[in-house]
Amino acid sequence: MSDNLPEVPQEPVARTGMFGVSGTGDTSGYGGLVVRRAPQLSTPRPYGGYFDELVDALPEGTVERVVVDRGELTLHIARERLVETMKKLRDDAALRFELSLGVSGVHYPEESGAELRAVYHLASITHNRRVRVEVSAPDTDRHIPSTVSVYPTHDWHERETYDFFGIIFDGHPALTRIEMPDDWEGHPQRKDYPLGGIPVEYRGAEIPAPDQRRSYA
Amino acid sequence: MTTHATEAAEGKVYDVAGQDWDQLVDTVLESDEERLVINMGPQHPSTHGVLRLVLTLDGETVTEARTVIGYLHTGIEKNIEFRTWTQGVTFVTRMDYLSPIFNETAYCLAVEKLLGITERIPARAEAIRVMMMELTRISSHMVAIGTFGMELGATTPFLFGVREREMVLDVMEYITGLRMNMAYVRPGGVSVDLPAGALDKVGELLKVMPQRLKDMRKLLDANPVYLRRTKDVAYLDLTGCMALGITGPILRAAGLPWDLRKSQPYCGYETYDFDVPIEQSCDVYGRYLVRVAEMEESLKIIEQCLERLAGPLKAGPVMIEDKKIGWPAQLALGPDGLGNSPNHIAHIMSSSMEALIHHFKLVTEGFRVPAGQVYSAVESPRGELGAHVVSDGGTRPYRVHFRDPSFTHLQAVPAMCEGGMIADVISAVASIDPVMGGVDR
Repeated sequence: MSDNLPEVPQEPVARTGMFGVSGTGDTSGYGGLVVRRAPQLSTPRPYGGYFDELVDALPEGTVERVVVDRGELTLHIARERLVETMKKLRDDAALRFELSLGVSGVHYPEESGAELRAVYHLASITHNRRVRVEVSAPDTDRHIPSTVSVYPTHDWHERETYDFFGIIFDGHPALTRIEMPDDWEGHPQRKDYPLGGIPVEYRGAEIPAPDQRRSYA
Repeated sequence: MTTHATEAAEGKVYDVAGQDWDQLVDTVLESDEERLVINMGPQHPSTHGVLRLVLTLDGETVTEARTVIGYLHTGIEKNIEFRTWTQGVTFVTRMDYLSPIFNETAYCLAVEKLLGITERIPARAEAIRVMMMELTRISSHMVAIGTFGMELGATTPFLFGVREREMVLDVMEYITGLRMNMAYVRPGGVSVDLPAGALDKVGELLKVMPQRLKDMRKLLDANPVYLRRTKDVAYLDLTGCMALGITGPILRAAGLPWDLRKSQPYCGYETYDFDVPIEQSCDVYGRYLVRVAEMEESLKIIEQCLERLAGPLKAGPVMIEDKKIGWPAQLALGPDGLGNSPNHIAHIMSSSMEALIHHFKLVTEGFRVPAGQVYSAVESPRGELGAHVVSDGGTRPYRVHFRDPSFTHLQAVPAMCEGGMIADVISAVASIDPVMGGVDR
């Protein structure tokens, strides 16, 4: 698998051991194992295919970071420039991404300053192309401008991402919960959302929550 | 009679629970209030599961339609994060429960892309996937058209639709062991090879189905009642579709031949010969015609699958030949409907300790998927079904998000219904063909 990782990690954050045991007690033999965090990639030019053409069509400085991975293009864009970039992507004759496939959220608790991500998948029917736009927001300031004005289909998708991740899309016409009940507390898809274990009838024992159980990875 | 009118902040509230319609009508007639807010669902026979509509009426005209969802939210996307990549299939198959194979395929294509093994999927597995997908498309469209007929007051299309769907489900059960939620498509291929006689069963279905489709067409194509309930109803043109992110039959009924099987082929769809039916009418009737024509095209594809599976792809693996990813046992479907492999059990239990360890590691721990994110999409019966899958390099998905077409399409309810009659709301929602399992996930 290691030859599938395109580059050296920019920031090799490591953890050691396999089962989260520290000090004595790790009889697994995996005490010396070093697990590196997924590298933050930035692809150098040329990107290949239509990707170069696409990035060139955007104004200078719009894109913070370009990642080409597994034949897909990801544009990391600063949240301040999201709406104008989306407009450009939709309207520019060389780009023409008419169709948006919605918003998906991801939570990376380790990446301080960019914990919350909104990921937009766009498709161009004119050119038969796809692109992914990724925007980040720090957990301490969970705001990303709403793109409903550009792609009306984002209405529910942004509500869903707000519901599950707590990202506040500024300018959304009615940013309310959509899947969870209105009075729900917390945002369940966040990695720090408490899951709760199951008490069992054995001397106060409890089956730990899924994220507290011993894991292999 | 259970009627109780309570003074709420919004005005008088009536629970129209049966036999009290007259009373409601009398009250409305006496009232000088012009506006009537009706809550439809979440338990209502014609809202396709647990969809809730809040309709503001002026007479019989809908002035405002609001859609409320979330009644079937089961947290599938969260649950997947605590299972292995292979177990994830068991969850995604339950999302859009009328088209399980499509959910599985979208997810597996994404996992395979992350693993970088897309090119190494055996051709036989791909042909089986295509065949299963097209069978599922027929069963899903049959339910769509059948329930649609019933909601408009015609019971025969419903009975026909369910009968035809049952035929497909029988084939599914024969091949996978389960009628629905079969978790048949797995990362690397499919879980079990076709059992003996499966191709004959599909062949029988192919013989019967064209006539059944004709019967359905006879019932509905030129039925005057049906035409008046569907023609020029719930109009949504290409601009509206693009703005609202609408794909699938609704988009193709607006005249755009956008079908991922043609434009961005996967699973070898580029090697099959079929057409993409379109209509120009942008209305409910057009969507119906597109769906029926799509079933006819699906039959063509299934026929080509059968030729390949009986001819050049008669034998061969159905799971990737990579010991690090492929399921260790070559399962065969037993008479109890469960997959099993006596040879493999004999091998790991009595002859090879290493094979036992390997099996144990792969099944309990699962394989690792290199870090990264991908988006893969398939053309489901409802439109573009996309899977955004993120891996952190571990044995479990870091994040799986499904872009379900039903979810996106329900946003079009106000655009289709506002300004129309309340009776047309039923047509509009039915023509969207939402499956709440996919909407809420």
